[in-house]
Amino acid sequence: MARYLAGRILQTVFILWAVASIAFFLTLLSGDPATLMIGEHWTAEQVAAFREYMGFDRPLFVQYLEYLGRIIQGDFGVSVRQQVPVTQLILERFPATLQLTLAALSIILMVAIPVGVISAVHRNSLTDRLAMGGALVAQSVPTFWLGILLILVFGVWLRWLPISGRGSAANLILPAITLATFSTARIARLVRASMLDVLSADYIRTARAKGLSPGRVHYGHALRNALIPVVTLLGIEFGSLLGGALVTETVFSYPGIGRLTIQAIQARDLPLVQGVITFGAMLFVLANLLVDLSYSYLDPRIRNA
Amino acid sequence: MRDLWRVLKRSRLAMAGVLVLGVIVLVALAAPLLAPFDPEAIDIRNRLARPAWFGGPEGHPLGTDSVGRDLLSRIVYGARVSLFVGVATVLVGGLFGSFLGILAGFWRGRVETIIMRLVDIQLAFPSILLAVAIMAILGPSLWNVIFVLSLATWAPFCRVARGQTLSVCQEDYITAARAIGAGPWSIIRRHVVPNVIGPLIVIASFALATNIINEASLSFLGVGVPPTTPTWGGMLGEGRNYIRMAWWVSTLPGVALMLVVYSVNVLGDWLRDYLDPTLID
Repeated sequence: MARYLAGRILQTVFILWAVASIAFFLTLLSGDPATLMIGEHWTAEQVAAFREYMGFDRPLFVQYLEYLGRIIQGDFGVSVRQQVPVTQLILERFPATLQLTLAALSIILMVAIPVGVISAVHRNSLTDRLAMGGALVAQSVPTFWLGILLILVFGVWLRWLPISGRGSAANLILPAITLATFSTARIARLVRASMLDVLSADYIRTARAKGLSPGRVHYGHALRNALIPVVTLLGIEFGSLLGGALVTETVFSYPGIGRLTIQAIQARDLPLVQGVITFGAMLFVLANLLVDLSYSYLDPRIRNA
Repeated sequence: MRDLWRVLKRSRLAMAGVLVLGVIVLVALAAPLLAPFDPEAIDIRNRLARPAWFGGPEGHPLGTDSVGRDLLSRIVYGARVSLFVGVATVLVGGLFGSFLGILAGFWRGRVETIIMRLVDIQLAFPSILLAVAIMAILGPSLWNVIFVLSLATWAPFCRVARGQTLSVCQEDYITAARAIGAGPWSIIRRHVVPNVIGPLIVIASFALATNIINEASLSFLGVGVPPTTPTWGGMLGEGRNYIRMAWWVSTLPGVALMLVVYSVNVLGDWLRDYLDPTLID
């Protein structure tokens, strides 16, 4: 176990380094980051002054090492537009995104697991067909379009819920549903498939044969085993939630990391873009590390493999 | 192939998916013939006109957008970008990823380590986040969209291709082929590829659905295909600003988008069941 743990953590450190490096070298894709950031309506002297101010005039290798050194200390530089440390901007917005993501995650778990289980237990029934048909539709609705439809129906026509901003719990309802829908569908389908898999296992037949009630068999024996692959997918799902937050926060003008990213891009604020991308990828990598560790805890076969 | 068609005919839903996709491909190809207006023609006097079947003026069946461009014509033309980007990115990303995956699984050793580390790194980025960041730096263009979405596509193909190749290479017929002196490329071409292609096709269908949505998301966020080109995502992004006055601009292009993605998903599901009969319940 200790060896598995050490290997997995080492791998995570390597990936974090790679992620930070890619975020650094990404800015070079444009050729000249200084021109990209301030636009083209400036004299050569002004661009040169800005380049010197940002440190772009120094050897690339020096810039890179300094960048890595700063990142290790949690310093992502200073936002060019707002003149505020990037880390501070990210931390200000992070609670909003965390709140939205957690709300979405609880919707996903509260809906997807019961739906998946019921579908599997009553396989090929009308309920199953409706649920799985609905899941396929839900998986096909683009997130931003769903957000627009919800705004139109519940915000503009019925006037039941606020359609933008953050503050009360009511502000969270529509964005959380929007963000959760795609993943809910995907996870419900996985729970069903995984449940069906487990239900045909020998130990379930044994449990039935010894006269346990269907409830005990389904929820006591089958579900616990069926959830193992679901835990893995949750880690990956966290990445689509982060990506989905980008779109959802834009649709609902919700002040989180996603909206910060889009604003940073529109303002061509490279240090901020760099910081947000690195931060997002780091969150994702760490979430997956946690999932992997809990996975090996749930399933001893993994850690001994 | 004929066998595939026979089985396909048995599933009504999958047939409907094929039909819908077929129609949309035809619409995309014949866009100049079908669109009643020039999709970029501005008509300020007729801005935000209601759909004709909803009390709007004659001539614009689905109404017009904020500068009076005909919505139906733009939706018809939008099919082109959507399908083209979807298919191109799956081809580029899918072929690239599958090729690397087969190499990794076949040669093992250092090649495998390097390729699989690259996959890990690629998968560490939430794909749309990376796509948005690169688009911000490269600037909006059709080819840049295809580049960033292909980049977001290759890794899962690589992972699956490697896994499949590993298991195929355990088979006796590979050992036999090696024993009679077949070269590595000939083994890959004649034995590995035909045996790994099934799962890759299934992934391709889901990647197609994802990439069509992602292209629309990029255009919606304003970092995709340049805004003058009609795209479903771009139309929705622009229509969002007029949602209180003109619901049709920000909803109707989404119907087309969802119809395409749903059909692709239905076909993907069907293909998965077809290629892996153990999954059928």
